[in-house]
Parts: sequence; structure tokens; C-alpha cells
Amino acid sequence: MPNIQNVLTEMLSYPFLVRALTVGLLVSLCAALLGVSLVLKRYSMIGDGLSHVGFGTLAVATALNAAPLAVSIPVVVLAAFLLLRISENSRIKGDAAIALISTSALAVGVLVISLTTGMNTDVCNYMFGSILAMSKGDVRLSVALSVVVLLLFILFYNKIFAVTFDENYARATGTKSGLYNMLIAFLTAITIVLGMRMMGAMLISSLVIFPALTAMRVCKRFKSVTLCAAVVSVLCFFAGVVISYLCATPTGASVVIVNIAAFLLFWLAGALRTVRPA
Amino acid sequence: MALFTCRDLSFAYEGNTVVAGLNFSVQRGDYLCVVGENGSGKSTLIKGLLGLKQPQGGEITRGENLKSHEIGYLPQQTAAQKDFPASAYEVVLSGRLGMRGLRPFYSGADKAAAAEIMERLDISLLAGCCYRDLSGGQQQRVLLARALCAAAVGSGSGHGLRALLLDEPVTGLDPIVTYDLYQQLSRVNEEAGLGIVMISHDVRSAVLYASHILHLDGGQAFFGSAADYAASETGARFLGR
Ligand SMILES: Nc1ncnc2c1ncn2[C@@H]1O[C@H](COP(=O)(O)OP(=O)(O)O)[C@@H](O)[C@H]1O
Ligand SMILES: [Mg+2]
Repeated sequence: MPNIQNVLTEMLSYPFLVRALTVGLLVSLCAALLGVSLVLKRYSMIGDGLSHVGFGTLAVATALNAAPLAVSIPVVVLAAFLLLRISENSRIKGDAAIALISTSALAVGVLVISLTTGMNTDVCNYMFGSILAMSKGDVRLSVALSVVVLLLFILFYNKIFAVTFDENYARATGTKSGLYNMLIAFLTAITIVLGMRMMGAMLISSLVIFPALTAMRVCKRFKSVTLCAAVVSVLCFFAGVVISYLCATPTGASVVIVNIAAFLLFWLAGALRTVRPA
Repeated sequence: MALFTCRDLSFAYEGNTVVAGLNFSVQRGDYLCVVGENGSGKSTLIKGLLGLKQPQGGEITRGENLKSHEIGYLPQQTAAQKDFPASAYEVVLSGRLGMRGLRPFYSGADKAAAAEIMERLDISLLAGCCYRDLSGGQQQRVLLARALCAAAVGSGSGHGLRALLLDEPVTGLDPIVTYDLYQQLSRVNEEAGLGIVMISHDVRSAVLYASHILHLDGGQAFFGSAADYAASETGARFLGR
């Protein structure tokens, strides 16, 4: 059994791991906060759709030799607004439309890859994430953007609650709910792009969905769900990275596994509490 | 100038008109009860007044410079889902949001107003409870507190509630709470001059408490004072006399 303190010192001596941890912890925090609102608004699929669009744009950006984040962020933000419009419009079946867009983006990505670089390790990294993905420039941009996401979330927390709990009421009493829905979609898009390369396009949406669902097993207030989701998300990410370092497992998948474990734990705790109320 | 004035107003869903020919106004200090059979378009009318539903024809004008954040609303059914984690207090406090404008956080006055209205509606003990775990009547009172929260004193910068739209507020309440609610509404109506529009199936109480009655039956079967309504043929039939 390796000494946890030694392991941590050893991990922190690798600059790439420090970069990955910095960005990863910030992104998991943002994802968890937004996730509460997304899950409650039944928008979980948007997160998944966006990550596929992100995969497509990463592939295209690589083919064009462009900076991956600079290309992905605007495209995914646009996709987020589009997906939001689709799910708000009850005439179109929202979930089907999102599935259409996400598979289309995936197909474009795969096509572009096969025409250019071919299926290599880079592509595998897009899909399932790589801890090595972050350059110094990426880290600076990611940290700056995550801080912006966090600040906007805190500043608009009360509005986000109102729009999430009862959108009609918020709209009827003078809160611009359309604007705040767009804010949520915008922040989600940025968070997903930032986290995608480390977690992988296939796995990033778990960072949005799991912590919220986990926190909702035991917490009964919006504020406590939000805080609990944030703490769970950050801890799970950290534990996931440590496990992936010790066992040489892929980072994204390890983080998801830890999140599953946390969810089961909280679910059990919630179930026990309803059976035998305190 | 009236708070709301409706001229030749009609509403439709997917081309099917549900109610048409509405001509009425709600003045400052009016207490209007909207009555009619299920499906006669009462909820639709309220949504129209709130700007949540576009009219098919005619127009709704808001007078006296009435702003959206000066309106309180009690929906018939909340859009909020069954499994939403929110405490009753959080829900009530969110009633103050509209009047905060761009200021991001609630002030001490907001929190005091939320606590005060919960006290008045006798739901202080529920403050920390999860909204989804409450009974139907308790949920109704929490939502009512949310709507009334903006009417409490100390609302800041002179902006308080000026109109209150309630969609079947007494449905699902026990008689004591119902009586209490009518007293509360009369009080805010008289003391604060709040314009009230309330949908109710409780026609007897409507005639007793309201100043005006609007009766819908696909069109406008009656609009006038409550006393005239009780004396009218429509009213007599609906009151079961
Ligand atoms: N969202 C909707 N889509 C289509 N039809 C609707 C919708 N909402 C209400 N209706 C129809 O409009 C009519 C009036 O509904 P409503 O205003 O809720 O009646 P009330 O509140 O008087 O019971 C009903 O026949 C109802 O079926
Ligand atoms: Mg109704």
C-alpha cells in the first residue's frame, strides 16, 4: 500500500499532472454547478449533444492545423444555443433532434479524421481523453474561462434558481428567463469544451450529470444540492486522477468510475434515510 | 387608467378559439373573480394578462405604468417537477427576485419579508422542508407566499406588488386555511390597493369577497359588480338558486 502523501508529492512533481489537476478541478466544479440546473430542467441531453459537437470541431480544427480550443469554443457555443432553441420548441421532439445533431457532428468528425490523419492515438484521446492534452497556453485560457464561469454562476445564482424552479413564474414576474437559459447553455458549452480533452468527448457529460444526481439523493434544498454537487465533483475528480496515476488507467474513465461509486453510496444513504427517518 | 384593459380579446390553441369577445378592465384596488366551467379559458386568460400567452385577436393594455415585477402570480399547477429539491423558504424568497432587477443577491429586507409572509400564512415551520415533500395544500400556501412576498413592506425603492393574479388558489385547501386566505386577500386588496384577479370555483365566496365578477363560457357571459352578478340570471343559475 503506497503512502498517500508520497504519492501526492510524486504526482505534483510532474508539471503536466499539475496542469491537468488545475484545469480538471476547476472544470469539474463548473460542470457540477451547472449540472444541477441542467438535470432539473431536463436538459441533460444537451450536455451530451454538445460534447459530440465538440468532438467534431476538434477533429476539424486538427485537420486545419488550427488551435483546438479557439475553434471549438465558438462552434460549441453556437450549437448550445441551437440545441436550447430546439428543446424549447415543443413542436419538434427535442431529444430526437439533439440525437440527430450529435450523431451528425460525430459523423463529420470521423469522416474528417479518416480523410486526414486516420484513426490514431490522437483520435482515441479525443474520444476518451488524455491527461497529457493540456499545454501551458491551454491551461491559462482554461483557468481564465473557468473563473469567468464560476463568477457568472455565483452572480446569477438566484436567477438560475428561479428560472430552473418555475420558468413561467419567473417570466411572468419580469425575469428574462430566455436570457438566463442562454446563459446556462453558454456556460455549459464553455465548460464542456474545456473539460473535453482531458475527460474525452464520450465521457465529459458524466461530469455534468453525475454530481447533481448524486447530491440529489440526500440533499433537499437547492443550495445544499448545489454545494454538495460541487464538493462531490471535485473530490471524485481528484480521486479519479490519483487512481488513474496509481493503476495506470485512463483518466476520464477512472473519474467516471469514482463518480458511479459516489452515486451508489449516496443513493444507499438516501434510501436508508427514507426507510428509517431520522 | 386601469391596470389591465382588454378589448375584443380572444385566445386560441392551434387555431381553435377557446374564448373570445372579452371586454373588461381591472382598476387599481379592484378585486375581480373569474368564474366559469372547466375548460372555459380562465387559466388561459390569466396567462394572457401575464404575457405568457399571445392573444389570437384583440388587445391587452397595461396601464398605470404597471411593470412585470409588480405582479404576483399563483399558477394553477407549477411547471416545477415533482422531484425538485428546494426548500419552502427558497421558493418563497424567489418571489422577491423580480423587484431586485440586476442586483444579484437578496437583501436583509427581502429575507425579512419572506419570513414575515410565511409567518402570516402559518408556514414558518415548513421553511426548511423540501417543497416536494409538502402536501398539496401546503405547496399551495408556499406558492401563495411567493406571490405575496413582493407585497410585503420594506420592498425597497418604493416598488411593491400592485397586481396579484391567482389561478384557483383555494382548490385543495381546508376550510380554515381557505377562510384565512380570503381574509389575507381582502386585507392586501384594501390596505395596499392591490388589484386582484382570482380564478375560483367557489362562486359563493367570490360574490361575497370580490368587487367584480367575470363569467366565461366561451365568451364573456357576464362582467360587472359582484352585487349585479348575484342578481343576474347567469349568476343566479351558477349560484344554484
Ligand atoms: N397548452 C395547451 N394546448 C392546447 N390546448 C390547451 C392548452 N391549454 C389549455 N388548452 C385548452 O384550452 C381550453 C381552456 O383551458 P383553460 O384556460 O386551462 O381552462 P380553465 O382554466 O377555465 O379550466 C381547454 O379546452 C383546454 O383543453
Ligand atoms: Mg384552469
